[in-house]
Amino acid sequence: MALIVSLPKPLSVSPLKISAPLGGALAFMGLDGCLPLFHGAQGCTAFALVALVRHFREAIPLQTTAMDEITTILGGMDNVEQALLNITRRANPKVIGLLSTALTETRGEDMEGDLRVILGRNSELAGVAVVPATTPDYDGSLETGWSKAVEAMIRWLPQGPQVPQAEQVNILPGSHLTPGDIEELRAIVEDFGLEPVILPDLSGALDGHLPSGWVSTTLGGTSLERVGRMARSPLTIAIGEHMRGPAEVLRWRTGVPVLVLDRIIGLDPVDRLMVALANVSGRPVPLRYQRQRSQLIDAMLDGQFAFAGRRIALAGEPDLLWSMGRLVSEMGARVVAATTTAAAPFLAEFPAERVIVGDLDDLDEQITEAGGCDLLIANSNATQLAARRGLALFRVGFPVFDRLGVAQRASAGYRGTRDLIFTLAGALADAGSHLVTEHRHEHAQATAG
Amino acid sequence: MLKQKVQELMNEPGCATNQAKSAAEKKRGCGAKGLLPGAAAGGCAYDGAKIALQPITDAVHLVHGPLACEGNSWDSRNAASSGCTLYRRGFTTDLSELDIIHGGERKLYQAIRAAAERFWPPAIFVYQTCVTALIGDDVEAVCREASKRLGLPVIPVVAPGFAGSKNLGNRLGGEALLDHVIGTVEPEDAGPNDINILGEYNLAGELWQIRPLLDRLGIRVRACITGDSRYVEVASAHRARAAIMLCSQAMVTLARKMRERWEIPYVEGSFYGIQDTSDTLRGVVRLLVDRGADPDLLTRADALVAEEERRAWARLESFAPRLAGRKALLYTGGVKSWSVVSALKEIGMEVIGTSVRKSTSEDKERAKALLGEEGSTFDAIPNAEMYRMLKAGEADILLSGGRTQFVALKSRTPWLDINQERHHAYAGYDGMVELVRQIDLVLNNPVWAAVRRPDPWDADGRPLEAPSWL
Repeated sequence: MALIVSLPKPLSVSPLKISAPLGGALAFMGLDGCLPLFHGAQGCTAFALVALVRHFREAIPLQTTAMDEITTILGGMDNVEQALLNITRRANPKVIGLLSTALTETRGEDMEGDLRVILGRNSELAGVAVVPATTPDYDGSLETGWSKAVEAMIRWLPQGPQVPQAEQVNILPGSHLTPGDIEELRAIVEDFGLEPVILPDLSGALDGHLPSGWVSTTLGGTSLERVGRMARSPLTIAIGEHMRGPAEVLRWRTGVPVLVLDRIIGLDPVDRLMVALANVSGRPVPLRYQRQRSQLIDAMLDGQFAFAGRRIALAGEPDLLWSMGRLVSEMGARVVAATTTAAAPFLAEFPAERVIVGDLDDLDEQITEAGGCDLLIANSNATQLAARRGLALFRVGFPVFDRLGVAQRASAGYRGTRDLIFTLAGALADAGSHLVTEHRHEHAQATAG
Repeated sequence: MLKQKVQELMNEPGCATNQAKSAAEKKRGCGAKGLLPGAAAGGCAYDGAKIALQPITDAVHLVHGPLACEGNSWDSRNAASSGCTLYRRGFTTDLSELDIIHGGERKLYQAIRAAAERFWPPAIFVYQTCVTALIGDDVEAVCREASKRLGLPVIPVVAPGFAGSKNLGNRLGGEALLDHVIGTVEPEDAGPNDINILGEYNLAGELWQIRPLLDRLGIRVRACITGDSRYVEVASAHRARAAIMLCSQAMVTLARKMRERWEIPYVEGSFYGIQDTSDTLRGVVRLLVDRGADPDLLTRADALVAEEERRAWARLESFAPRLAGRKALLYTGGVKSWSVVSALKEIGMEVIGTSVRKSTSEDKERAKALLGEEGSTFDAIPNAEMYRMLKAGEADILLSGGRTQFVALKSRTPWLDINQERHHAYAGYDGMVELVRQIDLVLNNPVWAAVRRPDPWDADGRPLEAPSWL
């Protein structure tokens, strides 16, 4: 049980948050033939673009309505119209994700209303699906933008007839799942004889592969045609608390029942996934996963020594924090410092004394108060903090720009969890022996006393 | 206020590009064509101002706006510091919806005070952003008041993103220095051989390739604006005797105004390329001597230049056998194209083309003359066309910036970053040798043979070879 502490403070030092429009753009990367468009100044797009490129090491399609001082005062409808037309002519996308920013929301643009007018008077845009999402930077963080964008996709993209199709299941993954996780998840679902409709599916465009030619939109992801078949599924599985909203909207629109899994890392949640898939498909759990479950348990038996009593500092978006925090504490480690980006109520159940809604400076302070820690788990922005404190940093979340392959790391499922346990155990071993740390800790206390 | 400033900056008499324009073109301003909705690329004015000032390493750089402006990008520039690391931390007021409704001035003041009390920096730079400009937060007034109450310089940088391009932002950053910083501290050690370097950000440590050359001539860098600089150095920059202005478009107004206000003459130069480095060194030495430095400096500069050039060319020659005849495509606006072209041609590489975006008309002419028959100059190549060129093997290596990185890599073509995100330093004589060394490393990496190995199956996945076992 954790106390969620959200103290208003005027100065954010070393921010942990990533802007909501960026989260929204990331979600649109999981649709095939898509080009996300920020309705804002060109810098809004440039910063997000650079961050995404540095993380994924892929070309990222992202455009801007290029608002300037004058259009901000007069209204941005013309810019939206011009941008939609220019993008359609140049890149010929199937979908355009239109994301608002703090600039246009502060001005109070009626983006949806404008869009209806624009679509009504431009026959050129008839062949492209435009999905508007309201994602001001001043509200929430990466997960917020992601979840709002997915909700907008569900609201705006057309649904086909509700012909029940038993061999299909909807998956709504949260932003904390990597393309590698999605691939693993797809394989699991398919092994039950089910066809997954994953919204959004980052493994199509951002898995790091070579396309056969140059494409200026996303080069893979869920097609509109598949999204239109979601109404046929007997079940929607949402992963992460921030996907509950979009899943509920899908249920409201299509009547498809919803199962929200809080995470898919760890024995218990993967068990729940397996049971759900077995029930939907009417098939037994494949032998491969029965074997993998036993392998995971063996890894937990071997790995517990490395985790027991170790002190972890953790920073990330709420669902990422939850996934990582639950895993390390289930393995016997203690989360002695936890910082997140939003006061998500479910974090009251988080296995730590406190969860601070704040920045990496708050995490730093918590670590000091806790008398130090063995391992820091956070994104690459924590590199400076780790270096100052001489701590090992295990990189998760977004952005990770100084290590290869984090975007492809698969931690989902039994096998993914097992691999993650091994990697974390290695990081903890490198971080020094428990005994030495405890000695140091006592020594520090003695000196302080 | 901002509008006047922008107009003034758009009509820079010191800028060659601007002077070559007609009256109508001048009125339209520079960088205007970059802002086409749905087809724009590049940063905003705030981005430019931040890039220009953030390398002041001991200051707090506080961004007043919603999260994205700082949160998405902090600590992503590779501007190196020889000591202080404060500039690498992200500081922002991270405005919430309520802050925007009630106005952010109070929060800004509290943020400035919190930063001052916690870090005791010599100065705090406060960056205006679109949203705080739109809601009318008077950043200048808050800074003035905070400065008075806290007893340290708090400098407003009024360059909201929507004011224009990144380049305009660079210049607005320079204006902030002129209005609030330069000339506020009198140095006690001003000397006849003191210079400023303008428009050098010490990316990948490039300043450190230049400084030793100046050291050997007994020239002291009073202030580098702003690479690896301390606040007090910039504040006392008005006592330099001459200046070198690099990255020409970005800091030209600053250079001109410093000449007008403090009679500091400047030479427009570049440290990319061997000839450029020599010319720039000779140029600044001449200015110093004109202003009363020991004339012997000229002779010593000539000797240094001759020795360094000889050494550099000798080292470059050793790469010739590995690089001669290989074809390079240059695509950049940052590093002066023609100076790189001349070095590559000298070691026998073929330059099939170079972009001349952001280059002055003089630069374009020089590049054309150098390229001769086999090469061409161009403004922009669409990504799809560049991909086709590289896939067809028209170039052996692409030298460019991050934006076209994946056009090269996805077509399995060697690529070297020569833009601002680069991790290797390419300035001065050693820098040019390093550039060629990196080209050699990238181009001759055995990995290219491996990654170009075709699929051993056909389009349907059927093996192309019969089983080799019996």
